[in-house]
Amino acid sequence: MKPPAFRYHAPTDLAEALDALAEVGHDGKVLAGGQSLIPMLNMRLAAPAHLVDINGLSELAYVRTDPGGVAVGALARHAEVEADEAAHAVVPLLRQGLRLVAHPVIRNRGTTVGSLAHADPSGEMTAVLALLGGSMTLARKGSTRTVAVEDFFVGPLEASIEEGELAVAAYFPRLPGRTGTEFVEIARRHGDYAMCGVAAAVTVDDDLRIVSARAAYLSLSPVPLVLDLTDALIGRTADTAVWQDAATLAAGSLEPEGDIHATAEYRAQLAGVLTVRALRTATERAALVDPNGTTGTTSTERSAR
Amino acid sequence: MTTKMFGAPVQRTEDLRLLVGNGRYLDDLGEGSYEAAFVRSPHARARITGIDVTGALDVDGLIAIYTYEDLTGRVAEPLPLLIPHPALTHGRTAYPLAKEFVNHVGEAVVMVVATDRYLAEDACERITVEYEALPPVVGIENAHRADRLVHDDVPGNCAAHLVQEVGDAPAAIAAAPNRLELKLDIERSACMPMEGRGVYARWDAADESLRVYTSTQTSTGVRAAVAAKLDLPLDRVECVTPDVGGGFGVKIVHPWPEEILIPWAARLLDHEVKWTEDRREHFISAAHERGQLQTVRVGFDDDGRLLGLDVEILHDNGAYTPYGIIVPIITSTQLLGPYKPGAYRVDFRSLYTNTVIVTPYRGAGRPQGVFAMERAMDAIADHLGKDRTEVRAVNFIQPDEMPYDHGLLFQDGRPLIYDSGDFPGSLDALKKLVGWDEFEAYRARARAEGRRVGIGVACYVEGTGVGPYEGGHVQVETTGKVVVATGLTSQGQGHQTVFAQIVADELGVPIEDVTVTTGDTRRFPYAVGTFASRAAVMSGNAIALAARNVKAKALRIAGEALEADPRDLEIVDGQVRVKGSPGASVALGTVAVLSNPLRYAFDEASKAATQLTGKADFSKPPVAEDDEPGLEGRDYYSPPTATFANGMHAVIVETDPDTAEIRILRYCVVHDCGHLINPMIVEGQVHGGVAQGVGGALYERMEYDEHGQLVNASFMDFLMPYASEVPKIEIDHLETPSPLNPLGIKGAGEAGVIPAAAVFASAIEDAEGFPITRMPIQPSELFHLRKRFAAGEIPALRRGADHAAGTHR
Repeated sequence: MKPPAFRYHAPTDLAEALDALAEVGHDGKVLAGGQSLIPMLNMRLAAPAHLVDINGLSELAYVRTDPGGVAVGALARHAEVEADEAAHAVVPLLRQGLRLVAHPVIRNRGTTVGSLAHADPSGEMTAVLALLGGSMTLARKGSTRTVAVEDFFVGPLEASIEEGELAVAAYFPRLPGRTGTEFVEIARRHGDYAMCGVAAAVTVDDDLRIVSARAAYLSLSPVPLVLDLTDALIGRTADTAVWQDAATLAAGSLEPEGDIHATAEYRAQLAGVLTVRALRTATERAALVDPNGTTGTTSTERSAR
Repeated sequence: MTTKMFGAPVQRTEDLRLLVGNGRYLDDLGEGSYEAAFVRSPHARARITGIDVTGALDVDGLIAIYTYEDLTGRVAEPLPLLIPHPALTHGRTAYPLAKEFVNHVGEAVVMVVATDRYLAEDACERITVEYEALPPVVGIENAHRADRLVHDDVPGNCAAHLVQEVGDAPAAIAAAPNRLELKLDIERSACMPMEGRGVYARWDAADESLRVYTSTQTSTGVRAAVAAKLDLPLDRVECVTPDVGGGFGVKIVHPWPEEILIPWAARLLDHEVKWTEDRREHFISAAHERGQLQTVRVGFDDDGRLLGLDVEILHDNGAYTPYGIIVPIITSTQLLGPYKPGAYRVDFRSLYTNTVIVTPYRGAGRPQGVFAMERAMDAIADHLGKDRTEVRAVNFIQPDEMPYDHGLLFQDGRPLIYDSGDFPGSLDALKKLVGWDEFEAYRARARAEGRRVGIGVACYVEGTGVGPYEGGHVQVETTGKVVVATGLTSQGQGHQTVFAQIVADELGVPIEDVTVTTGDTRRFPYAVGTFASRAAVMSGNAIALAARNVKAKALRIAGEALEADPRDLEIVDGQVRVKGSPGASVALGTVAVLSNPLRYAFDEASKAATQLTGKADFSKPPVAEDDEPGLEGRDYYSPPTATFANGMHAVIVETDPDTAEIRILRYCVVHDCGHLINPMIVEGQVHGGVAQGVGGALYERMEYDEHGQLVNASFMDFLMPYASEVPKIEIDHLETPSPLNPLGIKGAGEAGVIPAAAVFASAIEDAEGFPITRMPIQPSELFHLRKRFAAGEIPALRRGADHAAGTHR
């Protein structure tokens, strides 16, 4: 469990990092929090010739919140995003999902953008970005592009990041109107990859009747799966909704697979149970949202350690 | 008076050093040594048809590549079969490097030595081994069916077949008014110490001697094996255990192939060589345990009293049997627990499979045995509609029946005789602790809230402190400091603390003045090892006896100095003084000076011992004829039979009606290991054991596919419980002293883990209303069991119907 030799690059700003990535092309890997990459290197499951360490890029260590959403830089650690009150006020689903990402020690090092770039369909942040309809900013030497989430995740552990590109930020938009969210999951052990997880967003009208209900599913598909379950709940309130109808509707679109921790059938059961739990809580939370409330623009930045 | 240390919750003296990172583990040693890595078999069963190393030859830093062909002398022979047994008619062991066949994924085929581990692994990647893959034998049923053989010359894949009988169990069962049969299944798990195996060897060419550092549970065992394999005189080999980051059984197996190969290469290369096992290697090339299929037949009267018990065990021993058949022997003898079985027959077959070897893991066969017996007890209670604790109580061996001879032979080849224990007392304490009699009321309240809860109970007896012997050496230095050595090894249990407690009391010195060394053959060359909850019993008593010898000598010498009768002297706080007149005293350090007449002075203390300045009685030689210089003592403890500890656990679980998640609400332990040397350390042992028990019951399994690939060979997929999965553990102690040893103690190391699978099965079954026969159990499995139960494929417990009404258990 020792990695093969690689050349280590330690750029100190974004321009240097993009130069390095342009130079190393497909032989390079970006090292941010290292929570997935380092084990893969040690187990020799990945053997890049170059490692471009972006931990010196303090300019990317930011969480910026505006009324429209939250921008997270490539060097913001999960723990920082999770703790950010301004971000929580505008996009509560971020903290709801982040608290389920592994353990505090992993969240202290792992980066939110890094986990998105890793594109693990079991990762909570992929589901959050998908449910919110967020986007990723990818930079290369001389240019920058923004990719919508539906185009970003290509397959399991595969994102549309091209050779020489660096994922510099993720944008998590605020959901409009009276919208409540919730993220629930069931893992074998506290902090493990979930056997199944569901993130839900429910919007209600002024009479607290459901006008939109959507759910994103974790560990059930190769790329994050978002289902619109409005048809099963439209016009209902938290008290009159028949949640099981939503679970039944979702089940028709889910094709879980089995593994050593959960059979496909058990996963389907969990998906149903969690769909109900997530939608119910999201609906209850939606009722508490003040649709006219304003959220001040704040910006939290820090230097890289 | 000096405060009595024995029995006090003294804080562990080793912890500060370990917790601030000053421990020295195997991989902390040998800066600058060469490092080894291994090419291991990717196949469960194959013939090696070619090995091509040319691709590796240009790796920078490569020192040597070894295959079986390169092995010399006895190193080229199969590894030892450590514990032979007459029933082990077809024992097989591996070669240090595979000779022609590989029999499990992970078996070592090529050893690479390079200037560091990175480069050694680079070289390994470039070595091509060609295999002719053969269909493997995976799973106990397949091994027993024996359509294929693991070893061509072992018919039926059967390494050993052993039957032990007391009375005629089949006849007793046939004649019994009630009969039941259970089919049970326990999966594999493994020790998984935080630190894996590791060896570091230094050859001194000028001295023609070898020093081997190894992360082992027996330094004397490794030393003897290395000397024999390398054809070296024993006195040219020393074996030292540095700090060891956990063992739990896997490190009692010896010599591991690497423990022979690394010293052999160090001598050949005339350079230090080290190997540190990584986690993947530990999963696929160390050892596993637990896997068994059991058939239990019981006959019993209307009170639930056992009349006959007939157990058949199919035991998976993996690809080889270097540690003999200790595990199934323990299962078949310790299965009896605190009960009188009536007539008893136990029949086990130890079977080969193309998987990692099976050797003792904390509990060592007992968890499986307890599972069999306790599942049977619950089934009897359910059959008769009786309280589960009531059925256990009618079968208990009573305190006045001790010592109780089961008429069987135990793992040490000696009679299975329980020395002491108060089983009814233990059960009463447990029922009180967990609130057994109030549980139905709690269940009713929980049910009203839509919650599903269950309670389980399981009892065990554990033979601890097996022989043949351990020794201790105690020496008082001229500073008054006391150094203690024993040969067995430590893996973090707190031996330095508890042995110091014993010596502090026996000698009358402050505990801070006592230092203990374990597992270093330079300090104490005679020992067996640390396993079977034996360290405190064996070395603790040996050290106590050695300390008593030192005390006797100190009093004799001090008596001469103080011109007093030794019988009138006592030692308090390191001062030998006349009882009742504390003014007349001499420091123990001074007694040490007096004990060793010197010619040369090097400081004030030694000056007092030199011949020309000291007082001398010219009628006697400086050292009396039957005396020895120095204030030291050595002694050994060798018990006639093991001493038997016992315990009982209860757990309350809640199972989620929708997700089948299993939550532990309370976990209660009543434990009796005789006198407690240090209650805090005993409780720590229980906590650790329960944590491993929770793992084995609810999380851990070795997931082999049909090709013999271990598909969960990493900590991502092999689920050891985190702290978040281990419940708060409530403990009550009984102290029934052992009559067998001077300190009246019994072992405690394995206690916590032994009844865990049984107690969880008992509680989950109680919550669900249908039998649980297979452990570990995970939510996905419980979900499918519920579906089968709902479909009528699994019978309900008899108490199932009453369950709903909340009247019965």
